[in-house]
Amino acid sequence: MTPSKSPTAPPGAPPARTTRVAGRPALRLGPASWVLRVRALLVPVLGLALLVLLMAVNIGRGDFPISVGSVLDVLLGGGSRRDQFIVLDLRLPRSLTGALVGAALGLSGAIVQSIARNPLASPDVLGITWGASAGAVTVVVLGGSAGGISGLASSLGVPLAALAGGLIAGLAVYLLSWRRGIEGHRMVLVGIAISTLAVNLTNWLLTLGDVNDAARAMVWLTGSLNGRGWEHVQPVAIALALLVPATLFGAHALGALRFGEDTARGLGVRVNTARALLVLFAVLLAAVATAGAGPIGFVALATPQIALRLSGVGQPPLIASAVLGAALTVGADLVARTAFGAVELPVGVLTASLGAPYLMFLLVRGRRKVRA
Amino acid sequence: MTTTDTDVQSSSNGPASTGPANTGSASTGSASTGQRSEVRLRASQLRLGYGDRLIVDGLDLDVVSGTVTAVIGPNGCGKSTLLRALGRLLAPRGGSVLLDGERIDKMSTRQVARILGVLPQTPQAPEGLTVADLVARGRHPHQTWYRQWSSADETIVADALRMTGMLELADRPVDELSGGQRQRAWLSMALAQGTDLLLLDEPTTYLDLAHQVDVLDLVRQLHAEAGRTVVMVLHDLNLAARYAEQLVAMRDGHIVTQGPPDEVLTEDMLREVFGLEARIVPDPVSGGPLVVPIGAHFR
Repeated sequence: MTPSKSPTAPPGAPPARTTRVAGRPALRLGPASWVLRVRALLVPVLGLALLVLLMAVNIGRGDFPISVGSVLDVLLGGGSRRDQFIVLDLRLPRSLTGALVGAALGLSGAIVQSIARNPLASPDVLGITWGASAGAVTVVVLGGSAGGISGLASSLGVPLAALAGGLIAGLAVYLLSWRRGIEGHRMVLVGIAISTLAVNLTNWLLTLGDVNDAARAMVWLTGSLNGRGWEHVQPVAIALALLVPATLFGAHALGALRFGEDTARGLGVRVNTARALLVLFAVLLAAVATAGAGPIGFVALATPQIALRLSGVGQPPLIASAVLGAALTVGADLVARTAFGAVELPVGVLTASLGAPYLMFLLVRGRRKVRA
Repeated sequence: MTTTDTDVQSSSNGPASTGPANTGSASTGSASTGQRSEVRLRASQLRLGYGDRLIVDGLDLDVVSGTVTAVIGPNGCGKSTLLRALGRLLAPRGGSVLLDGERIDKMSTRQVARILGVLPQTPQAPEGLTVADLVARGRHPHQTWYRQWSSADETIVADALRMTGMLELADRPVDELSGGQRQRAWLSMALAQGTDLLLLDEPTTYLDLAHQVDVLDLVRQLHAEAGRTVVMVLHDLNLAARYAEQLVAMRDGHIVTQGPPDEVLTEDMLREVFGLEARIVPDPVSGGPLVVPIGAHFR
């Protein structure tokens, strides 16, 4: 193509003074205004519907099957006493934990991938999840006796240790990959190193403990939603209630950050502050999720990329990533619980098996134009 | 951080240093075409570096309102480093940069972004991004999380696209454009930022000569139409002489000489700054100075 020589009037330019910009339809309400991206709006909405459906099916399945309709009835405040007990007290916490944990992982992955400007960067690859695992396993193995870990250590110690481990790993990656700024590929390389260290530490800890502790740790390490009650929902829900608004507030800066440091700073973004805060939020989200259900792999890596391709945007969309992360985790849990007869697999085994083929399909289909 | 007195720097460099240059409060919002002689940017005893390497040491520079200034000099002389400091992309080790009389490091990033636009060297657009979305990003310093695409934004973006002749290509991905078009797209983004002070770091890099002229014509037009103040780093001396009113020649992190092209571009200067033997002849088109390098072959 030949560029126009005249800067003002390229051949074929309409003489009329248009104030519309192609490809950026507006949504304006009073003082508020956004670019209207129908596809990017539909993905989280449909994702949410899918999530509710998956949760209803998941809750319905079990030793006492309940129909999807009855489950939804209970969730809306109706239903029989028996159904209420089974749904609300026994099964809902598990699905809810799965949904919250998945949402945290999806959101965390979307933030990290945007900041590193690298789709490989996710809390799992960067070692945050594995740091959290090492922390948790330390408590399981060293804190427990042959009979397993005692009440306080198990209910508080493991999640707190996971949180601490994740934060330490995240901090280490951020500081070590810092050199006059953050570059995606350096962050990924440092992350892989930290992640390998954490995995080795975990393996070493497993050889230290006795067989029972090691077995318990292994179940935790595959990522499991087994036996999750309201006491597990609470901390994850509180963390999300605080972190999601904080993250969304930073989303505007995130959009500029992917243009590179100098451009972002030139656009008025306090690059270091914004990036450090967003990474901190992402690390907290991943660590909280891991503390809640063990290191559920692949959700944080894949869902932002899936959300990005479904939405047709250039950068992992935060809300869509969270919603799809929740749906993928609950869907994986559903399959893990019910598809293999009496054997209940840990959810972590299934997330990769479900997410990977779909991501591959989207990758093969390729991408064309994207929207900001 | 060392602080220096912010007033009266005796910049001993040539006739460019504009007399009493009252900094005061330059009216920054309007891009009026009136001739003003305020100093928009003033670097005083500037010390810049990366890591333990000091690149610029004790540099003084005034950028006068409504002028087009080109910074020239050999590779690694600190041109880009200076530009980054002027645009607050790099914090000085010492000395200060004043933007409209105010210390730029005391201003917020956002405040600076509303007054001056920076176009970094070879900026990277995210994969697949359209021209419209790229240019709209220029509105960032004026937006909030709930006001991201107002009708004012849209008008300004459309104007910026029209000015660079990119309106028809608005819906195209940036990475499918030719080099010249891509540079126009980035210039549009800087324009959409709505500042009357622009810092351009080698806006002609990787462009063929026709596109270099094309982009510089555009820069000149921006200056002529709205009286914008432009500081740009340029490699081509002849284009710098043609398109800038002020040349700043740098070597080893300090300013060797500055002033109008016909005063700065001399055979002595080329020898001292670039280590280049050259003849200066009148430009047959503009009448200004034209550098003709001699080289070993014709000596």
